[in-house]
Amino acid sequence: MPGLKVNGQTHDIEGLEGQPLLFVLRNDLKLNGPKFGCGLAQCGACTVLVDGQPVRSCVTTAGSVVDQEITTLEGLGSIDRPSRLQQAFIDEQAMQCGYCINGVIMRAKALLDQTPRPSEGEVRLALDGNLCRCGAHNRMVRAVLRAAGEA
Amino acid sequence: MSIATTRRSVLKAAGALAIGFDFFVDVAVAADAPGQKLPGDLNTNPKISSWLRVESDGKIRLLVGKVELGQGVLTAVAQICADQLDVDIERIAITSGDTRLVPDEGVTAGSFSMPNCGSAVRQVAAEARQILMGLAARKLGAEATGLRVADGLVTAPDGKSVSYWDIVSGEELNRDASGKAPLKPRESYRYIGKSIPRLDIPFKVTGTQIFIQDYRPAGMLHGRVLRPPAYDARLLSLESEAVEKTAGVIKVMRNGSFVGVIAEREELAMDAIAELRSQAKWDVPTKGETQDTVHDWLLRQEPQDLYIRKEPVIAAADQPRKLVGAIYKRPYHMHASIGPSTAIALLDADGVTHIQTHSQSVFETGVAIAEMLGVDKSRVHCQHMQGSGCYVHNAADDAAADAALLAQAVPGRPVRIQWTRQDEHKWEPYGSAMAVSTAATIDEKGDIVDWMLELWSTSHGARPGGRAGNLLPARYLEKPFALPTPVNGGPPNYAADRNAIAIYEFRSQNVTTHFLTNFAARASAQRGLGAYANILAIESFIDELAAKASADPVEYRLRYLKDERGRAILNKAADMFGWAKFNKTPGRGRGIAFARYKGLATYCAVAMEVEVDRGTGKVRVLRVSTAADCGEAVSPDGVKNQIEGGVVQSLSWTLKEAVRFGPSGVRSADWTSYPILTFSEVPPIAVELIDRPGTPYLGAGEASQGPTGAALANAIFDAVGVRLRDIPFTPARVKAALQA
Repeated sequence: MPGLKVNGQTHDIEGLEGQPLLFVLRNDLKLNGPKFGCGLAQCGACTVLVDGQPVRSCVTTAGSVVDQEITTLEGLGSIDRPSRLQQAFIDEQAMQCGYCINGVIMRAKALLDQTPRPSEGEVRLALDGNLCRCGAHNRMVRAVLRAAGEA
Repeated sequence: MSIATTRRSVLKAAGALAIGFDFFVDVAVAADAPGQKLPGDLNTNPKISSWLRVESDGKIRLLVGKVELGQGVLTAVAQICADQLDVDIERIAITSGDTRLVPDEGVTAGSFSMPNCGSAVRQVAAEARQILMGLAARKLGAEATGLRVADGLVTAPDGKSVSYWDIVSGEELNRDASGKAPLKPRESYRYIGKSIPRLDIPFKVTGTQIFIQDYRPAGMLHGRVLRPPAYDARLLSLESEAVEKTAGVIKVMRNGSFVGVIAEREELAMDAIAELRSQAKWDVPTKGETQDTVHDWLLRQEPQDLYIRKEPVIAAADQPRKLVGAIYKRPYHMHASIGPSTAIALLDADGVTHIQTHSQSVFETGVAIAEMLGVDKSRVHCQHMQGSGCYVHNAADDAAADAALLAQAVPGRPVRIQWTRQDEHKWEPYGSAMAVSTAATIDEKGDIVDWMLELWSTSHGARPGGRAGNLLPARYLEKPFALPTPVNGGPPNYAADRNAIAIYEFRSQNVTTHFLTNFAARASAQRGLGAYANILAIESFIDELAAKASADPVEYRLRYLKDERGRAILNKAADMFGWAKFNKTPGRGRGIAFARYKGLATYCAVAMEVEVDRGTGKVRVLRVSTAADCGEAVSPDGVKNQIEGGVVQSLSWTLKEAVRFGPSGVRSADWTSYPILTFSEVPPIAVELIDRPGTPYLGAGEASQGPTGAALANAIFDAVGVRLRDIPFTPARVKAALQA
């Protein structure tokens, strides 16, 4: 049985191996974190972690990541118990509409796991492939640095 | 914030406590004098209970027609309500943008939410408080004036107390506002003026359902629409049999040139559309403009000429004068939401179509959809849910219309639509291309004698507005709805000519709008409407005149800027930037610009430093200082977020963005062909406010767009001595200007 390991739970995805991981996560597993933004790996809204690496789930087939550890925004924390990184985004009020925020947080999570104390420049570079249209970029950078500072 | 508040639950709560009518008479406030104006949208929806209800579970339900777009408006109105009503903010539950439940507040746009909704909620809450105090006084046997309130608990001097939730039957607030209930004294505010954390953000950072994209009603199907290859294309033939027979495809719908598919799974719907696209034969007309010819086209049309400011010209009678002029151009810009437009629609057994949408205009869009479907407007019910930021009129309403059409084919099943990235880029209604021509006569000292501005623009207002022809799919049906002839919005807010009248007090000012009722590309309202280009032209041109006069750009503006609040904001931005002690280095320069949005909303000044690479023509913005006065700031951090976001978006428009299109359609179809500003390109941005407690809310969401573009142009001029007037200021254009 092909198993998709998402946030610590394994799901049977038989017959769905060829489908985009994003649609399986959203429509079959009913997860809200990863968002459809472009379907072209251009904007980053759909980002999830696969074995700790940021992956664009809109262009990744579900079958290509079976038996790997997939983490979505929901896997970091909940509304009652947000993770330190999620809390930093609340503390900095680091968004306007928040549609891109899944991708920004997941990309930042990957960065902080690799580089716990990044410079501002490293944060901007890491997030450069994540598009935000509201213009909340500087708040998001501050949120990532805040989370790193509290580590 | 509740997503699924039903009419029933609200009514049940309101009617839970039946009680006699006599209290009502005792606490009645004198009826409103005829003709007296109530604050904001209370004027058109005066009934208190249509805005505010005391629910039986210790909650206060606020019902508002304005909707959350990521601008934080619902948090701000909750702050206002909590303060005026004397309750903890956690008690405020909000229903927003449901056409069956909330007052019709028109469109959430134009920086009107705080002036019109915020002011209404403030007065409604004050009226409710006055009524509740009267009821409490009766119940406690005390004078209303001696009562104290804390979190809805009313206490008499003798220590006896009663809560709002103990004294309301559900009927007492069912009356019109008097407009006379006093507002609470400012010193008693707990929330207004403080940066209360936004209510929606914890949901959004944790993937907790709040977006329309996350709404999955039982039995939901996935729809997709096959958009034509170009604006005026017509479907000649479509072979759809193979797709119809595909397992999991519920329906292929064809109505004229409108083609949609409904399937069990989302990817199946997308695959079906791809197959249908390969089978469709279209008639594609090949005449039309391109992004390179559109400004010539603008000047060639036969426009409506509107003389919005006409004063006697001084120079002719008073020679010698020097005449200088310039022309500025903006291209079509996209709203370019990160999340493609989404809607869910269900046709129920009573023939009512229920639509979840992130539209800014749930009421008018509902009426337009009813016209498209050929049903009475009572048969369409719209509920707002939060979507991706829209930056004014994007494709949200078109997606709602798509979903409504598809839902007619599968009664009883909700149909979800989400547009593709390519369709969002190619089919949304853009911000119109514009040409703005300025001229002035100056005296021997370089002072302005006459000021003249003319602008050419297509419409900035093709919102649904209750008309099916403004909905994209309605124009492609077998019996198509024609695009209504657009009308330019007049004073005091204006539309194409928003901010075309300069705030400066020149000896003579003449302003003419050349308004086109035809289109070169689909266009409607985008953040700031015409204000962005008009401010860019005015604030660039006055900078050019300052340079001719060898005057400091701040000092030169202050010669003509008499509005004290405006002067304060301009000076503040200059101080923040360090204007007076600026140390100019080669390749770097400073620029400043100022405007009062719409001439009646927020004051905003932007100063920035840029670096221009003479070899590549690339412009790097090094730092930005912004000052704003939006009247009383309910949530200072919310205002700063809006102002800062506007700076970033305007830098993106001005440096990078232009819709590319040709005779056979739009070619900007994704983020590669329509790039926007990225994290590494966003400069440090300082925002400071001059708060004006006790003055009207002015609305801040669009104030920084115009000044930012102009400050950028002015900084480039200061850096390398070339004047850029053709947006966007791409490296190629900067390089060409340097070599000219």
